[in-house]
Amino acid sequence: MLRHLTISGLTAKLARRECSAREALQACLDQLAAVDGQVRAFMSHDAADALAQADAADRDLAAGVTHAQKPLLGVPIALKDLLAHRGQPLNCSSKILGNYRSPYDATVVEKLKAAGAVVFGRLNMDEFAMGSSTETSAFQTTLNPWDLTRIPGGSSGGCAASLAANMAFGTIGSDTGGSIRQPAALCGVVGVKPTYGLVSRYGVTAFASSLDQVGPFGKDVRDAALLTQVLAGHDPRDSTSIPRPVPDYLAALVADGGPQPLKGLRLGLAKEYMVGGLDPDVDAAMQAAVKQFQSLGAEVVEVSLPHSDYAAATYYIIAPAEASANLARFDGIRYGARVTGKDPAELNAKTRGAGFGAEVKRRIILGTYVLSSGYYDAYYLRAQKVRTLIRQDFLKAFETVDAILTPTTPTAAFKVGEKSDDPLQMYLSDIFTISCNLAGICGISVPSGFTKATASAPRLPIGLQLLGRPFGEETMFRLAHAYERSTPWHMERSPLA
Amino acid sequence: MSDFNIHYVAQLARIELTPEEEQKLGVQLGNILGYIAKLKEVDVAGVEPTAHAFPLVNVTRPDVATGSLPHDEAMANAPAKAGGLFVVPKIVE
Repeated sequence: MLRHLTISGLTAKLARRECSAREALQACLDQLAAVDGQVRAFMSHDAADALAQADAADRDLAAGVTHAQKPLLGVPIALKDLLAHRGQPLNCSSKILGNYRSPYDATVVEKLKAAGAVVFGRLNMDEFAMGSSTETSAFQTTLNPWDLTRIPGGSSGGCAASLAANMAFGTIGSDTGGSIRQPAALCGVVGVKPTYGLVSRYGVTAFASSLDQVGPFGKDVRDAALLTQVLAGHDPRDSTSIPRPVPDYLAALVADGGPQPLKGLRLGLAKEYMVGGLDPDVDAAMQAAVKQFQSLGAEVVEVSLPHSDYAAATYYIIAPAEASANLARFDGIRYGARVTGKDPAELNAKTRGAGFGAEVKRRIILGTYVLSSGYYDAYYLRAQKVRTLIRQDFLKAFETVDAILTPTTPTAAFKVGEKSDDPLQMYLSDIFTISCNLAGICGISVPSGFTKATASAPRLPIGLQLLGRPFGEETMFRLAHAYERSTPWHMERSPLA
Repeated sequence: MSDFNIHYVAQLARIELTPEEEQKLGVQLGNILGYIAKLKEVDVAGVEPTAHAFPLVNVTRPDVATGSLPHDEAMANAPAKAGGLFVVPKIVE
């Protein structure tokens, strides 16, 4: 089946002219029509626009353009609903954007198009990327293709679920505290949070600007590395984008070989992460992964990240503070929905009261409070100082190890509604992923096993997280790729795939 | 958090809340503030704050005019407009 192929499998077939870009896209659209009524990953998609892009790719292929020139030529790639795609809707799964259509392309969308990708679809997410389950979306909750009674993770839940159900060949999301890695783990696909500053944020709706980073979902590590390659690079339109050459990530994968391909590399296990509360199946998968890395030649040692216990509290000050400033732009004046009032201030308050959902209101109000006069030093400034300590913990650990190994999440996918009434419990489901954003380092989640089926749940995917040095993506991909090649987990498909 | 006044902070944030929302969000935010208060345990004496993991300063571009969105495209998503301008309620009597 065409839709089951990885990107590297599809491009090989396209290059040999064994299928067309139109057929590849049609396979996605057919699958979308067949299963998305159940999964609800897509908010919308423009089939006519996508077919026109596919036909253009087929003309390029007929004219002899190669995948060395355009690495994603003819490959259907779907987008999280916060990336600007010219002429297409952009809602951030919120009511406040009304009938907004993007007047320009995000830099990452320009890069995907320049690489020949067929860019389509608006993938569901938690409203403004605030959530871990897609349940805060104002429009729909996406369901996990492995078990339709469970959430797919979030905030990029539509990205992970659509890929796990083979409705696209790759998807692009964003990660502010785990929003790529957590849903990737819960849906059994690969998800990458690149180092802060590696990928442009121009044309990406801002949530927490010092933490946000765009990254890809792939069916395997090679696809994820290829997509990262396309997305990465300095952008003069994003002043936080780092002017630094992008390494050849695929070359880093090819460096593998021999029975002990990871010999000479050292992995750290953080003793602060080996605490209670881990699901027994997640714990077992983690122990097995440690043995697997050792058998591949890597050395595994204990490291310490002493301020780990403060990461969630630090994150839930800094992210809402930045969000309260960023979301001030949704004022009902310049774009989006409007509820009018007797003066502009009342118009703002009524528009925002009607347009934002509960989680977004919670975070904006929390952020406004921690930044308000008299509380700034006690909350925001203190959190920024603890952030320094968290970052220093990681940089110190990276003096002795090449990457840090953790479970991506403490449990497999939870049930729809299980945590939606308890925001604090929802926040604490991100404990292994948020430090990465605070420290500005890179991270990847790869499939690492399954829970045991029980009377109340089928087998559910489990993810393993590798955290790498700032701009250490090459080593991170090399480790993840060697692990993946020696394990069967990424080959398993969801029942809806 | 006895000093957290949800009504006042929501006004600062320009968000109109219903009384039910004020009640529910107030309780939830009280719990969250109770949790984040644990940062008071950390000794931060002499620690510099981090605003960005990789602070770049004075990022500039060459002083060269480049293209931008045409006026009508930039205004295309406005909820109310007239004569190429955004329409808002009266500000000054």
